[in-house]
Amino acid sequence: MQAAQLEAPPRSRRALATAWRDAGVPTLATVIAFGVWEAACRLFDVPSYLLPRPSEIWTDTIEIGGTVAMHTLATLKTVFLGFLASIVISLPLAVALTTSPATAASVYPFLVWTQSIPKVALAPILVVILGANELPRVVITFLVAFFPLVISVATGLMSVPSELIELGRACRASKWSELVRIRLPYAVPFIFAGLKVAITLAVVGAVVAEFVNADSGLGFLIQTSTAFFKVPVAFGALIILSLIGVILFQAVVVIERIFFPWSSANSTAIL
Amino acid sequence: MAAGMIALEHVSRTFVSADGGRIEALRDVSLTIGRNEFVTLVGPSGCGKSTILRIVAGLILPSSGTASIEGSVIREPRPETGIVFQAPTLLPWATVLDNVLFPLRMMNRMSPDSAERARTLLKLVDLAGFEGNAPRELSGGMQQRVAICRALVHDPDILLMDEPFGALDALTREEMTLELLRIWSERRKTVLFVTHSIPEAVLLADRVVVLSPRPGSIARVIEVDLPRPRSFDQEGSPAFQGAARQIRELIFGQRHASRAA
Ligand SMILES: Nc1ncnc2c1ncn2[C@@H]1O[C@H](COP(=O)(O)OP(=O)(O)O)[C@@H](O)[C@H]1O
Ligand SMILES: [Mg+2]
Repeated sequence: MQAAQLEAPPRSRRALATAWRDAGVPTLATVIAFGVWEAACRLFDVPSYLLPRPSEIWTDTIEIGGTVAMHTLATLKTVFLGFLASIVISLPLAVALTTSPATAASVYPFLVWTQSIPKVALAPILVVILGANELPRVVITFLVAFFPLVISVATGLMSVPSELIELGRACRASKWSELVRIRLPYAVPFIFAGLKVAITLAVVGAVVAEFVNADSGLGFLIQTSTAFFKVPVAFGALIILSLIGVILFQAVVVIERIFFPWSSANSTAIL
Repeated sequence: MAAGMIALEHVSRTFVSADGGRIEALRDVSLTIGRNEFVTLVGPSGCGKSTILRIVAGLILPSSGTASIEGSVIREPRPETGIVFQAPTLLPWATVLDNVLFPLRMMNRMSPDSAERARTLLKLVDLAGFEGNAPRELSGGMQQRVAICRALVHDPDILLMDEPFGALDALTREEMTLELLRIWSERRKTVLFVTHSIPEAVLLADRVVVLSPRPGSIARVIEVDLPRPRSFDQEGSPAFQGAARQIRELIFGQRHASRAA
């Protein structure tokens, strides 16, 4: 009891120090960076179509806040659907890849092929095939995001130590329970490593798709606002996009920490 | 000695290595182990100790000869065997209790009193109170005790142990050896125990099987005439010393002979 009380102050001080390092320092650095940017633009009188001031970006973006929010939601929808498709397709695909050398040999060429196609070139063709709607955007997002996920899940499934597999065999596990009770749980840190890359790429993929075919979304907003020399709004959209990327990435990190604490405890070793 | 529980008859095993070469791991091994007998297996590293264990476990098949349990040939892992590997190999994502219950889950043999049984086993190895902990929160010795509980949870007749204390420090190792003897005296089982420690082999065993270097074959089987319950105090006794010296001569004598040749 006494010991706990004695220990308490240093512990909370350490927690404060960690919070300051994790959140305080980056925030301060960002604020300073924006301050320098603002000052430099004012000092050298940079025209706003070349490099708008942060204050300008803020006021111009807020001015059309409702529209920007609508575009943000449109992009988020594409990102989520594409990310979801990546998960739904990557998991079984990775399992198929790792169950037999024959499936691996037949599926790998297609995987590599989908990766070697430039997505920007593919987008207009997909629009012709699938129609000018949400679907081609989701497909592009999926194509950009899913590959690293498949690879990391497959790597995770393959890197199960042979002792664990042997333990499963000694316990008379079926192929299915070996997958569900040994391989997949073992692969969780790898799956999350893949999910972190995939969610970031999904944002990139969604914007690529919006550049080619969209009537809404932040990619569309950037295109239209630059066409009308509304550069501050384009910058605003850009900043929102990077925020989306950071926030979604952190969301994956938090989900891993909450639901798979043992995984995040090990993940430093894997990443 | 009771009738044979485990029987190996002229068992040989050859592996094909990655470069296509053939490795003869075991040659013509015949051995009968009685019910509730404690047999230890010693020999230089690479002489096929693990291979024998894995054949009895049904994890691999002999290239020739037969291995059987109570007269029926071993073709696959069987529910009446439990195995402990050199490393604890616990599932990192499961609690201590779930790790112990793992074989029952895999064999679809969970029953309402399974958890209680697992708790009793954990109490037996002094791990009461650790049921909800993650494996990484336990020391190496504690983890290996969990692995022993896991091997015992489905109440196997046969316990196979492959250098289970090999990765532990000397003190923990002696402690675990005595603990294993205590468990064995409370729940008699047929035990086949691989070790490269000669004192460990003598202290535990009813009989010590000494293997020759590769290709492994049985150099000699030594009966250990020490009263039970055993303790490390017996290490000084003439019977212990005699058995240990014999084993040492068999292992090192052969090695020197083959080096001279
Ligand atoms: N799966 C395998 N493939 C090829 N060689 C193997 C395999 N398992 C064991 N061996 C070889 O068989 C011999 C005996 O191995 P093992 O039974 O593990 O020895 P021990 O446990 O006595 O150290 C060794 O030379 C080893 O390299
Ligand atoms: Mg071995």
